[in-house]
Amino acid sequence: MSFLEYRLKLAPTGFSKVFYINWALILVLTAIAAIGWLMLYSIAGGQMDVWALPQIKRYGLGMVILLAVAVVPIWFWRSMSGLAYALGMVLLLIVEFFGVVGMGAQRWIDLGFIRIQPSELMKVTLVMMLAAYYDWLPDKKVSKPLWVLLPVLLVVAPTILVLMQPNLGTSVMLVVAGGGVMFAAGVSLWYFAAVIAMVGGTVFAVIYSEGRPWQLLHDYQYKRIHTFLDPSADPLGAGYNIIQAKIALGSGGWGGKGFMQGTQSRLNFLPEKHTDFIFTTLGEEFGFVGAISLLALYTLVLVMLIWAAVQNKDRFSQLLIVGVAMNFFLYIAVNLSMVMGMAPVVGVPLPLLSYGGSATLVILVAFGLVQSAIVHRPR
Amino acid sequence: MRRTPRDTEASARRVTRRALLMGAGMSAMVAALGARMRFLGVDQAAEFRLLAEENRINIRLIPPARGLIQDRNGKLIAGNEQNYRVTITREDAGKTDAEVEAVLHRLSHLIPMTKDDLASTMKDIKRNSAFVPIIVAERLDWHELSRISVNSPALPGVSPEVGLSRVYPRDIDFAHIVGYVGPVSDKDIAAQESPDPLLRIPKFQIGKIGVERWMEDTLRGSAGTKRIEVNALGRVMRELSREEGVKGRDLRLTIDADVQNFVQARLGDESAACVVMDVTNGDIIAAVSSPSFDPNLFVRGISQKDYSALTENDHRPLANKVVQGAYPPGSTFKMVTALAALAEGAIDENSTVRCNGYLEVSGRKFYCWKHSGHGKVDLKKSLAESCDVFYYDTCQKVGIDKIAEMGRKLGFGARADLPMSAISDGLMPDRDWKQARYKKEWLIGDTINASIGQGYVLATPLQLAVMAARIASGTEVEPRIIHSINDQPVPVPPAPSLGLEGAKLRAVQMAMFEVMNGQHGTGKGARIADETMQMCGKSGTAQVRNISSAERDSGVVSNDNLPWKQRDHALFVAFAPADNPRYAVSVVVEHGSSGSGVAGPIARDALLRAMTGDIPPLSAYPPSQRGRMETLLNALKLRLPDGSPPAPSKV
Repeated sequence: MSFLEYRLKLAPTGFSKVFYINWALILVLTAIAAIGWLMLYSIAGGQMDVWALPQIKRYGLGMVILLAVAVVPIWFWRSMSGLAYALGMVLLLIVEFFGVVGMGAQRWIDLGFIRIQPSELMKVTLVMMLAAYYDWLPDKKVSKPLWVLLPVLLVVAPTILVLMQPNLGTSVMLVVAGGGVMFAAGVSLWYFAAVIAMVGGTVFAVIYSEGRPWQLLHDYQYKRIHTFLDPSADPLGAGYNIIQAKIALGSGGWGGKGFMQGTQSRLNFLPEKHTDFIFTTLGEEFGFVGAISLLALYTLVLVMLIWAAVQNKDRFSQLLIVGVAMNFFLYIAVNLSMVMGMAPVVGVPLPLLSYGGSATLVILVAFGLVQSAIVHRPR
Repeated sequence: MRRTPRDTEASARRVTRRALLMGAGMSAMVAALGARMRFLGVDQAAEFRLLAEENRINIRLIPPARGLIQDRNGKLIAGNEQNYRVTITREDAGKTDAEVEAVLHRLSHLIPMTKDDLASTMKDIKRNSAFVPIIVAERLDWHELSRISVNSPALPGVSPEVGLSRVYPRDIDFAHIVGYVGPVSDKDIAAQESPDPLLRIPKFQIGKIGVERWMEDTLRGSAGTKRIEVNALGRVMRELSREEGVKGRDLRLTIDADVQNFVQARLGDESAACVVMDVTNGDIIAAVSSPSFDPNLFVRGISQKDYSALTENDHRPLANKVVQGAYPPGSTFKMVTALAALAEGAIDENSTVRCNGYLEVSGRKFYCWKHSGHGKVDLKKSLAESCDVFYYDTCQKVGIDKIAEMGRKLGFGARADLPMSAISDGLMPDRDWKQARYKKEWLIGDTINASIGQGYVLATPLQLAVMAARIASGTEVEPRIIHSINDQPVPVPPAPSLGLEGAKLRAVQMAMFEVMNGQHGTGKGARIADETMQMCGKSGTAQVRNISSAERDSGVVSNDNLPWKQRDHALFVAFAPADNPRYAVSVVVEHGSSGSGVAGPIARDALLRAMTGDIPPLSAYPPSQRGRMETLLNALKLRLPDGSPPAPSKV
């Protein structure tokens, strides 16, 4: 039975859709968000209305949107993919020329009542676009060079715009998530091997050439690379955050210092303690137990996503879920490695925990799409 | 395009396979993150706890050395001196406020500290984060420092440090121009959009007034950093790394410190101001406001008693009268009226007016200072003998708007662009101004008052000097005080011409020459005898009170019989040498009674000091005054050549 036949005959309709939504997933997401609210409350020194309350309101709004997206058939969203991608690109172009400069980079469009961060939006629309593309593309052509080039361009175009903002974290996420969808779609492994070899070779050449007669970059560029890779070389900037974050995490020990007991004084110099560096507070106040529990919850979300993808027989749905899972994973991996001093500092929030509107809403919209795929999957 | 079910099955299987593969990859990363958490939070926890609780790595800012301020010849005006001080860090001193206070109390036995000092230190400690070292006492000597070192086991969290502090070796001479630095306040930080991290250092010194404040960004430099390891007592164990900051840039002023000192001494205890300017490029050679104060007092934290003494003094030592004082210019304004009338063609240098001691305009009598009258007066005589009636008459032919226009061209009513605090605009009134300010019509009496620099007209000593310089040079020369930054000279744009016909300007200059050197010149007593340095000038005596009609009938009360506060201001503007002007000067002596008698001689001495580059030779004075001048010059308490203070006078 083709998907077309299926959707005419068997897909749930009307109110019954509610029973097909994966409520367990929503419960886990809410549990993660609730940990975030606790931390925001603690960081604000026991005040709700500084960060926690606005964040709760946003989550509530996001959840309504999630449910609204979930009950709309997944084939409608597939037909919207091209449009969504085009809209995302237009918004990125607008932010490039009219955007508000925040934290030294051009990222927002200010509409007055809400600030849109198109680069966040692009994370979802790119995945939709690629999923729709591979849904449309006949299986035999998937690894043909021309048909590989096209999705590569779809990934590269928004990445360049995001890089120009400049927003390195999101650029990396776009490339890797896009690559993830292509990988899942079955593009030949040789392409990935080639790209990895090329990137690796370039990086090696650049680093190896330093100080040699055929040095590839200017001295000042190397200096920048060094501060980027080794933040402790810049103790007033990123290095300070990293050192303080590591000390906060480490001093939490097994059980942490207790709720609201973190010596915030030491983090007072962290300008992003409620956003990108929120994990440090969790580690300090709830220790290793708290940190590993959060990681477990995140892992549970990832497992549920992969399982949902495996269960689904619709190609678009599968790829979409894999793409969302990839994005969610990247948020976690990049943010935690950065906070724990395993990676350079790039601006990537911890999903559902970090204070901030765009990221939270976009993540919930993405999970709305996943739910739609789950509700309307061929059974 | 739809696939065959078989294809769909195959592709779905492949997606599943690859998705599971990705899931495995993710698991690996998650496992790595978990391992890292374990490493930081469990395996290394002890070490990090130690770092957090005991051996802490602190990142401290290294304050840069503040830029020096020198005079035009490189003599030091503001420098930095080593300063031994002691700091306390709350988190190392004790867990509770009581413990911290106990440490402070023990410390107060070792170094001089009052109860107030203790209380204010405690307040500072509470206001800042626990790990910020707070300065308890500064400028300790070696004995005190070693007492603290010996007792260090009883003083947790207390550590001696050496830092730089601002010092003004020529103390009172530059208090108004250069100003002083002081500890940064919350208000200072709030005023800035993105404050320099340096400002977060407690008691970091920033410029509060004067050049120190307005050139703050140039002088400050940028912070360096050092990473240090401190032990549980807060003692620095070792320095791990260090990155030096950038030293602030040095400033060189246009002021000549020796001329400045001479003028300061010459003004003595008078409440007065004097500006010496180079007419060729606008360099301010000296700008003195008297009495002055010692800026070092403010750097070190001025006592309430000293501060009250400064604020309660009726000679206002804290005010920089050079730019803040706005005075009626009196007769020194007559050049403006004259030049306006000449430029408009309302008079020429031969026009005459008859002075009978007063001029009656619309039923009101306006008196000349000389009630018996000057007789027939031309331009030269009007300035030389300072006839008022000539200007009462002339001003009506030009009108206030043209006079105001000329006034503004010569620098009145405009705020100078100098790095000094609270600069006054002065006031150059005209019809529009009065309409806007008082909603009243401009009256002819207003014009008559303005024509001799009374009424609404106000000018600062700096503006008077600029006027003199512009009349002397015929150009719109702008005053400036920054000579060079880090030995890079600040360029002086060529001054545009005033646009006055040479003959007309010369007529006024010649009349000013006559003031000093004419048979009946009012400034004759303050003339320079040496023909190579003869001066042109104009005195002014500005009323500070209204003269009652009773006085008008019975004759004005002599200044000597009035209380100091009601006496007239004495003003003088001049430039020299007459044939090729180089320096312009203005002097205002508050309540000095007589422009020519009090302000004139000061102007002469200042000009001579600038021109000769040394203590004025007696040969420059008229023979009859040489004896008196010798006594006066010898009595001046001048600094020694190295800038150290003069020997204290015997009281």
